[in-house]
Amino acid sequence: MRSKLQALLIGIALCTMHLASAQAGRMTLPNVVEAGNGFSIQSAGNGRATLYIVGPGEALKREIQLGETTSFLPSTLPNAGHYLAVLVSASSRETGEFDVIATTKPANLSFLARPSRLPVSLHEGITGAVYVFDSYQNLIATPTPVSFELSAPSGTVQKRAVISSNGAAWTTMDSTAEQGVDRFAARVGDVSSMRIVAQVPGDPCGLKMNAERVGQQVKLITDPLRDCNGNAIPDGTVVTFSESYKGAQSTVDEPLKHGVAEVTMQVHPGARLTVASGVVVGNQIGWDK
Amino acid sequence: MTELKPILILFAYLTTAQHFAVAQAAVRIEPVNLQGPRPLQDQTRTAVIRDYLQAWQSLHAALEQNRPELLKTDFIGTARDKLSDTIQHQSSQGIRTQYQDRSHDLRILFYSPDGLSIELADNVEYDVQVIDHDKVITTQRENVRYLVVLTPAEVRWRVRVFQSLPE
Repeated sequence: MRSKLQALLIGIALCTMHLASAQAGRMTLPNVVEAGNGFSIQSAGNGRATLYIVGPGEALKREIQLGETTSFLPSTLPNAGHYLAVLVSASSRETGEFDVIATTKPANLSFLARPSRLPVSLHEGITGAVYVFDSYQNLIATPTPVSFELSAPSGTVQKRAVISSNGAAWTTMDSTAEQGVDRFAARVGDVSSMRIVAQVPGDPCGLKMNAERVGQQVKLITDPLRDCNGNAIPDGTVVTFSESYKGAQSTVDEPLKHGVAEVTMQVHPGARLTVASGVVVGNQIGWDK
Repeated sequence: MTELKPILILFAYLTTAQHFAVAQAAVRIEPVNLQGPRPLQDQTRTAVIRDYLQAWQSLHAALEQNRPELLKTDFIGTARDKLSDTIQHQSSQGIRTQYQDRSHDLRILFYSPDGLSIELADNVEYDVQVIDHDKVITTQRENVRYLVVLTPAEVRWRVRVFQSLPE
């Protein structure tokens, strides 16, 4: 029993000695390496050893000569992250750690712009968000100036300047009063990314129809439909004509053609005629003829 | 000396076993204080954190077994490409690594206005074990700060950026 206890104590003592050796600092590591840069590790002692550098971003294993400087070529460690270095020789084992950080030069932007299509004149209707990456696809977490520009076909430009936080930046823009294709760009330094945002007319404004007798029927026809900014409502937009007579209602849906909708329908004398498109209600006509 | 050897082996094994016993990582979530226009619903926050923690399990399994296909469920894009490359390099050198997360201190930083990405910071404590041809080279406990970007997929959030930063 006594001999076993003695052996255990010796084992613990050996382990403690090993830990003391590991703390002796026989391996000199860089504190920080910029992604993709070359670096070197200095070791002390004599003989051969195996050097491991591991992290979720890379795994390296090198046979090295102790007492010499081991150099690593550029692009050996392109991925930012935390790395563990382990130097194993026949008589010792030493560990250390260091970080690889993203480069400070942006090279890629991940730019998300939404929506790709929206009505005109919508306050803060367009959003853009970017993540800033270096050439090795590492997120650049240091604050970086980001500019956003929304250019309308008329030449109107909205600009926003934002400082990224933890690699991300965002903004909102108003859609302009004019329909058409806008260009939404995010820029960091000389790197830019562009998205297309289509602005379509808003809801019809001042929806109005006219009625005239055609034989035994009535022809209903709208004025050319435009939104409140004067943009023509696109053909194909559905207009609903309704006749209400003695509590009963009949409706006809017609798509816009050449900017107007028209229908010829049987109408009872004394009926009330209405027109609508989407949520927009137009004028009413009492048909007394 | 022959009597000492098994005790040392046992000592080493116990040390290793203690570190790598299967255990649930402790998780602390800091209150959400987002910079951005889009509110984060509790349901979304819960799903993001659940999927992120699950991604650590995938990471653990994939790097331990050198099987990049195990990343497919929880990682996408750059994060998956980089981890897959690491696994390939590990495999070609006969190395395996185990990353066993012990605790997470999570803070959601950014929810993009379009709802298509969430960025979080995680001060994670984990044990990393390096194994070369079935021989344990070292076991270390690490405290590392991660920046993570997740994006929604069909039924879950996937890790798109997985990057640690210096303290």
